[in-house]
Amino acid sequence: MAKTYVEPTLIDRIRADYFSSRMDTAMTTVFGALALWVIYNLVSWGIVNAVWSAENRDLCAHGSGGACWGVIDSRWRLILFGLYPYEEQWRSALACLAIVLVGGLSCVPYFWNAKRITTLWLAGFATFYVLMRGGYFGLTTVFEQNWGGLSLTIFIFAATSLLGMPLAIIFALLRRSELPVIAKTMGIIIDTIRSLPLLSIMFTFAIVLPFVLPDWLTGDKLYRVIVGYALFFACYQAEIIRGGMQALPAGQEEAAKALGMGYWHRIGYIVLPQAFRNALPPTINQFVITFKETSLVAIIGFFEVVKSGDAAFGNAEWNFAHVEVYSFVALIYFVFVFALSRYGAYLERRLAVAER
Amino acid sequence: MQIGFVGGLVLLILIFIITARTNLEAQGMTSGFGFLNRATGWGVNFSLIEFTTSDTYLKVIWVGILNSMFLGAIALTIATFLGTLVGIMRVSGNKMAELIGTTFVEIFRNLPLLLQLFFWYSLLTSLPKPKQGISIFDVAFISGRGFYLPGLNVSGGYVFVVFLILVATISLALWLRMAKRFKRIPEVRKTLITRMLWLGFVVLTVVIFWLGRIPDTPLLNIPYLKGLNFRDGIRVSPELLACIIAISLYGAAYIGEIVRAGFNSVSKGQGEAGHALGLSPWQNFSRIKLPLAIRAVMPTLINQYVWLFKATTIGIAIGFVDFFMVISTSINQSGQTLELIAILMGGFLIINYSMAWVLNCVNDAIKLKGNQLRT
Repeated sequence: MAKTYVEPTLIDRIRADYFSSRMDTAMTTVFGALALWVIYNLVSWGIVNAVWSAENRDLCAHGSGGACWGVIDSRWRLILFGLYPYEEQWRSALACLAIVLVGGLSCVPYFWNAKRITTLWLAGFATFYVLMRGGYFGLTTVFEQNWGGLSLTIFIFAATSLLGMPLAIIFALLRRSELPVIAKTMGIIIDTIRSLPLLSIMFTFAIVLPFVLPDWLTGDKLYRVIVGYALFFACYQAEIIRGGMQALPAGQEEAAKALGMGYWHRIGYIVLPQAFRNALPPTINQFVITFKETSLVAIIGFFEVVKSGDAAFGNAEWNFAHVEVYSFVALIYFVFVFALSRYGAYLERRLAVAER
Repeated sequence: MQIGFVGGLVLLILIFIITARTNLEAQGMTSGFGFLNRATGWGVNFSLIEFTTSDTYLKVIWVGILNSMFLGAIALTIATFLGTLVGIMRVSGNKMAELIGTTFVEIFRNLPLLLQLFFWYSLLTSLPKPKQGISIFDVAFISGRGFYLPGLNVSGGYVFVVFLILVATISLALWLRMAKRFKRIPEVRKTLITRMLWLGFVVLTVVIFWLGRIPDTPLLNIPYLKGLNFRDGIRVSPELLACIIAISLYGAAYIGEIVRAGFNSVSKGQGEAGHALGLSPWQNFSRIKLPLAIRAVMPTLINQYVWLFKATTIGIAIGFVDFFMVISTSINQSGQTLELIAILMGGFLIINYSMAWVLNCVNDAIKLKGNQLRT
């Protein structure tokens, strides 16, 4: 007689997952002890013994043994907004919110076609720019030198993506061109830029471009760095899109040709939509990396969020509180990046279901 | 159309060159590579070879390249070991190990490298002053000015030679094991030859150290506290240490994911077959799963190495003297922007392409050939 299936109880499952063999039990014990020790120390440092408000800063100095979150309490505006004028910081906050909203909306399937997503991002970016820079609608102008903190990070990220994406599509199409010279030349350009460090490209665009361009084309250092970054982004993204295109069966394009569709129709209606679908997981990954690497502009002298954090404990009053400030900045990044990467994982599962 | 495309590119470059010329002339700057033979007039705080302020720009660039490669070699090695460990933890089947591995990966992969670097640097420099430094058995010391380790009184060049011999020995031993042409030699003799190789290495090392020792000093060099700082020994600066920690942990998180994917790509049947043949779990892991996983991850890993090596450039943020830092300082000092940028780009192209080439050769040597991978 066949045994009936018995639903495993919680204890059974724990036994199977953690204590299935002697080796397993030993590992669970060792790693569990390690984890408990870390968690205990973190909690006692970060919560139990922590000092929460800026008023009792002296408590930190006397060594409560805990974190001094008072520094965040008193300096959070500097970390989030940098040198942006104090009275205008609501604009900076609103601008960030606009981009986050646009980012959230682009996760909704309704916006998943070329026209809608382009309109959405252009509108969102324009809102961001007008709010940040001012000069219209009675807003006072705040020049780029005074931008900083989280809003600068988001600006660089959004501008790079917005500029880099179309560029990436052009690069990928040129790279796959049927004319060998164009394809080869583009291949060499892409490979060369990809093998250079991002920092050296930003640096080159910040320092060298004024030499090789006529004066009227030079522009602000911020925009030059963004163009450099967009170029770098485009080269990586082009290879991702190309990978997505190569995964398409050759028959699709041939069938479109046989139906008499022109090049742009074939690309726009058949190849690109499917290529993007194939390349979605690595594309999200690329966005994650792009967001993280905006921090590099700190090295060429921009006050984005990492550098603002650096400045936040840079005075005599708070100079001991570096761990707290960095933890706070880390938390900001973590929220953005983790949300994005979870979304990527969700999309991957969704696509996997659709493939079946 | 092709002519138009290429012509356009050439035209663009020509315009760049012409405007660069006029701009440079307007500012009265000279061009050319003659400046490379001028003395720099500034010193560097960390260098593997002797460097003084009267040495040339050419030499300072070489110092920078060596430092970058030094940092890259250490950080990539640690990242590989740590990453493999994390990857194995995540596929081990033990939920607790998986949990810790996942937490590690999510934390270190989701934060910008620069932030991590700043974090470790601020932590290392806020360690106690040398006077209150932490002592480990009185031979090594930890302080805010760096770690002080015991060293040998041997001049740098000789150490480098020993390092080269070490690399040669390891590759010879591996070649002996791997290469087809030694297949006929019985296992016992192979082991004997390998042992002879290592014995030769030890003897050579001792001889070289003896020759290269700095006269009138004891061979071993132990740091000690004198006045406000430590004397003697090897000082590992907080800059170098912070770079190593940050790049290793960041790299380990990525490599861990690659390794995990590699293990997942090994089909279940292979492990089950091993089990059915009566292999122990350890044998199953080390003889079947690990070799197959390594072969599967090699191409991705090569990309990752090249990418991580490029990441060493962030050392400039905390003042580690690497290739990028040297170039950037040289630009500030000499004003030869275009030439130095060209050297920077050329240098990275050469380093990255040769690294990718060597690793691809390794990949070609170990990858499964023909239909061995058929499932």
